[in-house]
Amino acid sequence: MQGDESVAYGALFAGCNFFAGYPITPASETAETMSLELPNTGGYYIQMEDEIASMSAIIGAAWGGGKTMTATSGPGFSLMQEAIGYGCMTETPCVIVDVQRSGPSTGQATKPAQGDLLQARWGTHGDHEIIALAPNSVTETFELVIEAFNLSEEYRTPVIFLMDGEIGHVREKITFPDPEDVKTFPRKKAKKGDTLFGGENVPPMSHFGEGFLIHVTGSTHKGNGMRDVVSQSVHEELILRQNGKISDNREKITMVEKIYDDDAEYSFVTIGVSSRPTLNALRMAKEMGIPMNFLRLKTVWPFPIKEVEELGKRSKKIFVPEMNLGQLSREIQRFTSCDVINIPKIGGVSHGSKEIFDIVRKHIGL
Amino acid sequence: MRPEGLKLIRKEIFPTIFCSGCGGGTVLNAFIEAVLNTGIKQEEMVMVTGIGCSSWIPSPYFKADTLHTTHGRAIAFATGVKVMKPDMKVVVIAGDGDVAGIGGNHLIHAARRNINLTVFMVNNYIYGMTGGQVSPTTPFGSRTTTTPYSNVEYPMKAAELVAAAGASFSARWTTYNIVQLIKGMQKALTKKGFSFIEIISQCPVGFGKNVGMRTAIDFLKYFKSQTVPIKKAQKMKPDEIEDKIVIGTLVDRDRREFTDNLLDLNERRMKELGL
Repeated sequence: MQGDESVAYGALFAGCNFFAGYPITPASETAETMSLELPNTGGYYIQMEDEIASMSAIIGAAWGGGKTMTATSGPGFSLMQEAIGYGCMTETPCVIVDVQRSGPSTGQATKPAQGDLLQARWGTHGDHEIIALAPNSVTETFELVIEAFNLSEEYRTPVIFLMDGEIGHVREKITFPDPEDVKTFPRKKAKKGDTLFGGENVPPMSHFGEGFLIHVTGSTHKGNGMRDVVSQSVHEELILRQNGKISDNREKITMVEKIYDDDAEYSFVTIGVSSRPTLNALRMAKEMGIPMNFLRLKTVWPFPIKEVEELGKRSKKIFVPEMNLGQLSREIQRFTSCDVINIPKIGGVSHGSKEIFDIVRKHIGL
Repeated sequence: MRPEGLKLIRKEIFPTIFCSGCGGGTVLNAFIEAVLNTGIKQEEMVMVTGIGCSSWIPSPYFKADTLHTTHGRAIAFATGVKVMKPDMKVVVIAGDGDVAGIGGNHLIHAARRNINLTVFMVNNYIYGMTGGQVSPTTPFGSRTTTTPYSNVEYPMKAAELVAAAGASFSARWTTYNIVQLIKGMQKALTKKGFSFIEIISQCPVGFGKNVGMRTAIDFLKYFKSQTVPIKKAQKMKPDEIEDKIVIGTLVDRDRREFTDNLLDLNERRMKELGL
């Protein structure tokens, strides 16, 4: 099946029971699959009038007790940004799939890219932390979107699922697990008298209709949910706690794939589909007698600082093939002192393995 | 307000932020009266609002589960809430800038789906919270802070728009027609399907300052003189009602609503799958 379908089935295995979306290439198959399967599982599919409404509806549905998701691509992801910030501020668990396509603007609508890395991190205004995961195969899409749901519940926050058009549309064989073997993180529910918007790092949540008469707002608020938009200390405490619940757990949230060689002086760091030609380039290098390290970030945000720092210390040069003009490279540079060499590829085609390897060879003087 | 109404408000937050003479208090009072009259319990209600003065009418003052959302998107958020909580009474109270302006598309599509939401759009003719700028409902020729020479756009007739889009119930009243407004609210709250009331309300501070109506009384007198019941309006020529406020129920029909349709679909699939 396609990655777009696999993300839908992963969501269903994770317990997703509400999906709101708007058609967009290359993410439409996810909406189609959800519309096909949700009525069979007692869940609800709704096609909204735009992506802003889709994002708004999944947040509303989460407060109504749903496990919710939407799926889109770059232009729709841009439209969702304000409501994503609302999700962060109100600490609403939900999953946003962005099947990245070539931009900016309409760009190459049917072609893949990885140009939304920094938009996922900084797209909505204000100080916030975000969790974003990036898969590199159809099977991993299925597995990782379940993690996306679990993280959104564990940290009570929106989670971005950063696919790319290539992984969204590629067809690969997948074997579903026994649903009973799928581990899901249960929502931490509030008891009467609990603080719903403060206190512990991740406060418990209550849903509408449970008698709490809760006040949920995107304005700065106190622990009881009531607005206080003038006190410096209230805003600072709220935002530091919301940021801290993610950044303090950076290493716990970090998921990477590593192939390290003790003799290697050169390394690759990649995400998503770019990792696939990079793995071939790694083999080519080994065959030529150049051992290299390979690090793939499944967790893109919060950025796996420790992993990247460690790799930086054992590398003379880090090569970063990515389908944009250097968004990942820039982040790696912030945490390493070795040379970071960006291998960009834009225009809707992924890197060739030899193309990557030739650039590596040139840089190490072979 | 009747003493029973006190349990429906978050008293601890009073006094309200509303300016002197604002229609927001009248709308809140009418809403509380309507809720009491229908017997709907506050534990069964979800209030969803957007951004602007009118969104403050229910949030934080009305005591129920409350989702105070982004500007213009209250109806979209409410759609998600309603689908997951079809047995709860989901009510949007927000302003004209919110509902008819930035969120106009959500209004049309919610009415088209005929989803069982109640929307009270408080139309004070301007963007009040930001200082009195022109809105999609500002009368032609009016001065506002962004139409200092006069408004050269025609106003949106929101109640007619909602009726045409497929809603079960659409009406328009003013803060002058308080008895009819309360009855209309009761009707809207109990009607299955998308129910909508455009409530023409006064803003002496944000709008009145630019149009020579500095008190609530000025506005209420204006509403009294300008309102025309819908039956009478139907007999008038278009140019005769151009500047009038047509009041009454524009549509009240039984039409299956969206969450019922959604539940039917699921039930049908369960049967087909033998579950």
